[in-house]
Amino acid sequence: MSGVRYVGASRVYTKGASPAVDALDLDIKDGEFMVLVGPSGSGKTTALRMLAGLEPLDGGRIEIGGRDVSDVEPKDRDIAMVFQNYALYPSKTVAENMGFALKMQHVHKDERDRRVREAARILDLDDTLLERKPKALSGGQRQRVAMGRAIVREPSVFLMDEPLSNLDAKLRVQTRSQIAELQRRLGITTVYVTHDQVEAMTMGNRVAVLSGGHLQQCASPRELYDNPVNQFVAGFIGSPAMNLQTATLTDGGARLAGAVIPLAAPVRAAAARDKLTEIVLGIRPEHMHLTTGAGPTADSAAPAAPTGPELSAAVLSGEVLLVEELGADALLHVRLADDGGAIVARTEGRKSPAPGQRVAFRVQPDDVFAFNPATGARLAG
Amino acid sequence: MTAVTAGDAPAPTPAPVPDGRRRNRRAREISGQAGWTVLGWVVGIGFFIPVLWMVVTAFKPESAAETWPPKFTFSPTLSEFRLVFNGMDPYIEHSAIATVGSTIVVLVLALPASYALSIRPVGKWRDSLFFFISTKMLPVVAAIGPLYVIALKTHLLDNIWLLIILYAAMNLPLAIWMLRSFMLEVPSEMLEAARLDGAGRIREITEVIMPVVSPGLVSTGLICIIFAWNELFLALNLTVTNAATMPMFLISSVPQEGLYIAHLSAAATVASVPVIIVGWIAQRSLVRGLSMGAIK
Repeated sequence: MSGVRYVGASRVYTKGASPAVDALDLDIKDGEFMVLVGPSGSGKTTALRMLAGLEPLDGGRIEIGGRDVSDVEPKDRDIAMVFQNYALYPSKTVAENMGFALKMQHVHKDERDRRVREAARILDLDDTLLERKPKALSGGQRQRVAMGRAIVREPSVFLMDEPLSNLDAKLRVQTRSQIAELQRRLGITTVYVTHDQVEAMTMGNRVAVLSGGHLQQCASPRELYDNPVNQFVAGFIGSPAMNLQTATLTDGGARLAGAVIPLAAPVRAAAARDKLTEIVLGIRPEHMHLTTGAGPTADSAAPAAPTGPELSAAVLSGEVLLVEELGADALLHVRLADDGGAIVARTEGRKSPAPGQRVAFRVQPDDVFAFNPATGARLAG
Repeated sequence: MTAVTAGDAPAPTPAPVPDGRRRNRRAREISGQAGWTVLGWVVGIGFFIPVLWMVVTAFKPESAAETWPPKFTFSPTLSEFRLVFNGMDPYIEHSAIATVGSTIVVLVLALPASYALSIRPVGKWRDSLFFFISTKMLPVVAAIGPLYVIALKTHLLDNIWLLIILYAAMNLPLAIWMLRSFMLEVPSEMLEAARLDGAGRIREITEVIMPVVSPGLVSTGLICIIFAWNELFLALNLTVTNAATMPMFLISSVPQEGLYIAHLSAAATVASVPVIIVGWIAQRSLVRGLSMGAIK
């Protein structure tokens, strides 16, 4: 009913320069919470503004609810937007701010008041705040007024441009879940832009990862985490970031830090097809398990690794450079043996080793990703 | 860590050496600050003394006025003020009309112009801006000849409307620059939000831009008032009696025969009062407006 479709949408700022958004194809279902995530300059905000009508399209089209809105004025697209800096009107009261769009639509005063009060109730905004001016509100309250201004319009699509980035960390975490829950309750299609991948993972039904104006992958958070389609997505999603190390291909796997990481046959075949001698190995910090032995001997927690057609775990050893205490966990910065480079491993906070200590990690082959060093594409396993 | 004592005391005093150095530095800081403060006051008072003298002289009778060194003890009289109030009637009226009239014209014209140069810039807006400011580069002395001829041919000599038009032209570039810098302060996100909310151009100006810009509007208007009120050259050359302004009344106190210092002082004091009041009210926004014009 009110899905959103980007069909080959492009935006080029200066002729000849590379596009800010390059032929974006994205299908957002009705009622879905879609997060656009990516680093600065990835085109996510531009894509959102194109949907809002604040940026013209230089190619392709955008559809809302099946209707081509590429040439439609922002006010006629039946959308509402929450800006990063809230953009509240400083001379108007909160109630006037929230009711402004309705006033422009010539909605009757009583109906306006009713909808404003309803939105304030949904957002837990006290009635006393309605007559105050924005400068008398805290940052969190202003953010809620900005959201209220969008809710009051009962649009087909919500657009949110990094609405949490101006809040302090604790408030951000709190508001994050409130927004997600609110969207679930209202069921309005939402397109949410952020650079914070934690926000993206926790809030979105699906997440679209953008880089350099191109869509890298659009999938559920779990899918992005478990099956990144290229090196960029793998390194972007997950905190702390996935360890990416170049490794030379050898028989049966790739050599890293003096050990051979076994690779599945399809992966090796893909590498051979691309005529690669080196690949990029990706291992998440949480998949590096501290082990006591030098070989695949069981430590107290791990079960015996099955032999046979299954690949056996590899062991990487190195020296601890730095320990970052997080409380429940600790992050170990380790320099791998044999010039293997520096990696980060996550361990339990209580049993973490000290800097300078030699440690070894066991890595399950299933947890290892392989990427083409030139293109970044994942070598299918 | 040996103490460097000055000459006579051979007995080493234990602790105070590092403290003493710190005390010295602190003392130097304070005396430095005090020095700058004193200098600031001296300069400020130096600038203010002539004005003070003028106000004081205004209360003197003419006979006691021209003395050197200036007398600060005398019996004050309002006789000169009475003369001024009697004589200034048409002048102050003309000044008021020319000032207020020209400022209204300036604001009415500068608002849309600065909008077109800031929020929705037209093509070649940089050239337009430069053109506006370049009109201030021409010395008015060079322009007075042609202006006189034009005024003569259009039968506007000694006409208050001539002054309104010319003062408006004189102040317009400054007003456009100032208003533009205030309008640039309006956050673009707020304008986008208004656009999304469905505000057309008029509503955008009245509901969003004006409330944010109104302090700037006030200070721009006040600056235009100050400049128009004090303008002498054009008024002197293009008017005689029907449109003569206060500055002309002031110089009428400087006739060929002699210097009526007390009368002049009284007239100058009266002429300055409106401008001082205006400047006092607007001082904070004046500084803000002028310095912002410099930054942007």
